[in-house]
Amino acid sequence: METLAGIDYPTLWFLVVGGLFSGYAILDGFDFGAGAWHLFFKEEKSRRLALNAIGPVWDGNEVWLVIGGGALFAGFPVMYATLLSGMYVPFMLFLVFIIFRAVSIEFRGKEEMAWWRKMWDISYSLSSIVLPFLLGVVLGNVLLGLPIGENFEYEGGALLTFLNPFALMVGISTLALMMSHGAIYLLLKTEGRMYAKLTVLLKKGMIFFMVSFGITSLYTLIYIPHLSDTFRNQPVLFVVPLLVFLSIANVPRLSSKKKYGQAFLFSSLTISLLLVLVAIELYPNLLVSTLDPQYTITVYNAAASDKSLGIMLTFAAIGTPLVIGYTTFVYLTFRGKVKIDEMSY
Amino acid sequence: MDVEILSRIQFAFTVAFHYIYPPLSIGLGLIMVIMESLYLKTGNKEYEILAKFWTRIFALTFGIGVATGIVMEFEFGTNWATYSRYVGDVFGSALAAEGIFAFALESGFLGILLFGWNRVKPWVHWVATLGVFLGSMFSAVWIVIANSWQQTPAGYHVVGEGMQARAEITDFWEMVFNPSSMDRLIHTWQGAFLAGAFLVLSVHAYYLRKGRFVDISKKAFRIALVVATVFSLSQLVSGHSSANGVAVNQPAKLAAFEGHFDAKAPGDMYLFGWVDKESQQVWGVKVPGGLSFLLDYRFDTPVTGLNAFPEEDRPSQVNAVFQFYHIMVSIGMFLIGLTLFACYKWLRGDLFASNRLLWVFSFSVILPQIANQVGWFAAEMGRQPWVVYGLLRTSDALSKSVTENQVLFSLILFFLVYTLLLFLFLYLLNKKIKHGPYDEKDDDDRPFQREVAQSFSTPKS
Repeated sequence: METLAGIDYPTLWFLVVGGLFSGYAILDGFDFGAGAWHLFFKEEKSRRLALNAIGPVWDGNEVWLVIGGGALFAGFPVMYATLLSGMYVPFMLFLVFIIFRAVSIEFRGKEEMAWWRKMWDISYSLSSIVLPFLLGVVLGNVLLGLPIGENFEYEGGALLTFLNPFALMVGISTLALMMSHGAIYLLLKTEGRMYAKLTVLLKKGMIFFMVSFGITSLYTLIYIPHLSDTFRNQPVLFVVPLLVFLSIANVPRLSSKKKYGQAFLFSSLTISLLLVLVAIELYPNLLVSTLDPQYTITVYNAAASDKSLGIMLTFAAIGTPLVIGYTTFVYLTFRGKVKIDEMSY
Repeated sequence: MDVEILSRIQFAFTVAFHYIYPPLSIGLGLIMVIMESLYLKTGNKEYEILAKFWTRIFALTFGIGVATGIVMEFEFGTNWATYSRYVGDVFGSALAAEGIFAFALESGFLGILLFGWNRVKPWVHWVATLGVFLGSMFSAVWIVIANSWQQTPAGYHVVGEGMQARAEITDFWEMVFNPSSMDRLIHTWQGAFLAGAFLVLSVHAYYLRKGRFVDISKKAFRIALVVATVFSLSQLVSGHSSANGVAVNQPAKLAAFEGHFDAKAPGDMYLFGWVDKESQQVWGVKVPGGLSFLLDYRFDTPVTGLNAFPEEDRPSQVNAVFQFYHIMVSIGMFLIGLTLFACYKWLRGDLFASNRLLWVFSFSVILPQIANQVGWFAAEMGRQPWVVYGLLRTSDALSKSVTENQVLFSLILFFLVYTLLLFLFLYLLNKKIKHGPYDEKDDDDRPFQREVAQSFSTPKS
């Protein structure tokens, strides 16, 4: 098996996919968060400001999903096939709502009528709430493992089995995390009354997250103790949950000092660290079979060939600086508070 | 209905709906680049106004294109799990390249293209427009390569057996330059340019008929007419080359295109017709030996017919493939005639004299759209019963764990959402067109109008 810097290709690609997923969660996360708060803004002007705060970037952020999904498909075809066919209903709902979000953003400003805007406001906000929730639900199911049988085929229930208590809790925690993340982003982009209102909303968001995250963690420790096996076996890894805790605590601290730029960084760091936590709990597994350990999908039995992974790693090495370059350029062009002009939503 | 047919309907429906938009984005992208280049070169404000107008329409098509595009990527996993396991290793690199080099490029620059007019210098904006356009072209590159690999697999070997079998990549460049990819890529690009150019032609023909925005519309019409003429003609070349490739690589598909059953007889070329599969007859108007002539420049060269293949290895919907293919070709021919005629009138100096011609242009916007759709239907249905030609059957490619109810549920959901989307798209497109190229700010920029506005209104503080 080929290696690079002592790490084998499947593991490297696992890191690449993890990096892409955290990039997506951080970037589209603040879009979701901003959208979830949308109906809390009562005036037309505030709603337009909130929309235009994510206006130039949400589309680019969504591309991380396309790339992340593509990377999973390409690097771990077996995982991609089993996860998506097994979680058929949540993924289909996800698709429908992500279409609705895009459409709501695009179409809202195209007519002046109050009912038109209100309708899109509701569908935009609802989509922004449901999307991170669904992602969390899928994540919860991945953490629990799925009934996987021969040929790595999913053998569980078809329609509603994805809604188990643990998955629901992870879903709600994800939503809460994105809501405080999004509120911080909006604070960076707005001023005046809207800014004042957001400081209040952010506090609510942070409390919502702490409570839901606390309950989920407690539930995990009591009812799903095997998820923390890795940490019991290798106590040095305890540093990761510790960092998560510190990073989470740092967000309200910085927010109370109105250092929202730094708070946003730590909020982003929290999202990444939580995914690192998930990665440590799983690796080298990707999807545990609850039926028989021999059907558990791992980075090794799911991986594409070394040849294929090698080509993709080369692409990633060439492409990443390019992507970071022009993404930075875009964010710099639109830095600072939102200004509405004739091309705005 | 069973899971297979439902899944096929769902994929066909979602991909066909999606494919209304990307060709428009690619085609409009090209025209926007031309308009903005002309603005940079001449400094004529009218070109900027045109570029801005078409950017607003581009935004509409691009937005729906991205939103509906994610669906297919997910469907590979949700509905076609066996297919995903089979092709993942080969598709991986094409998909990775698309993501990194294409999507990120277009979406990165999209913000500047749409919202950056007042924030960056004109040449920087031009770079952004070009970036988005090239991004959309690249996107087509990788997706067409992946699809062409399904038509003419190359650069791979198969490992494992039965349900465990999958294709693994052995040579990246051989996979990229598989026998059909370049012909099909060029054919696809040109189809997209035509879709964009004919939308521009249609809208400005409408303005010209109504006597609105006349000067600016003449400029836009001429630009789009050049694009439309060049690519209608070159589409014939790429189509011919593509068909030659099909004859070599997928003879069963070519035979279905012309309803040619006899295993070894010379092939006829039909102008139109109807295939009766039972009697293996085609009723219609034909050029005897025409197909042989196109492939070999002789009317009596034998062409492999459908009967050379076992029943289970050849497309079953011969008449449908035949019709789709012929509709595409007929539209292509019509577009060549139409654009050449318009160019002739342009040379004579009375391009805009005939209202009737402008009417025809207003309505022909639908034609490249239909040709693009039926072309893909012919290509994909002609490949059946294979999803990867000669390697993996469509019926084996399904997700084994997915049930009828699930697919029915998602199919109905997509049907409802897409119907709504289509109405919204047409409504907003119509509205933008009715409103015209000038937005309020552009009006103010025109010195004459500003003066008029000032002299008629009391100054506000």
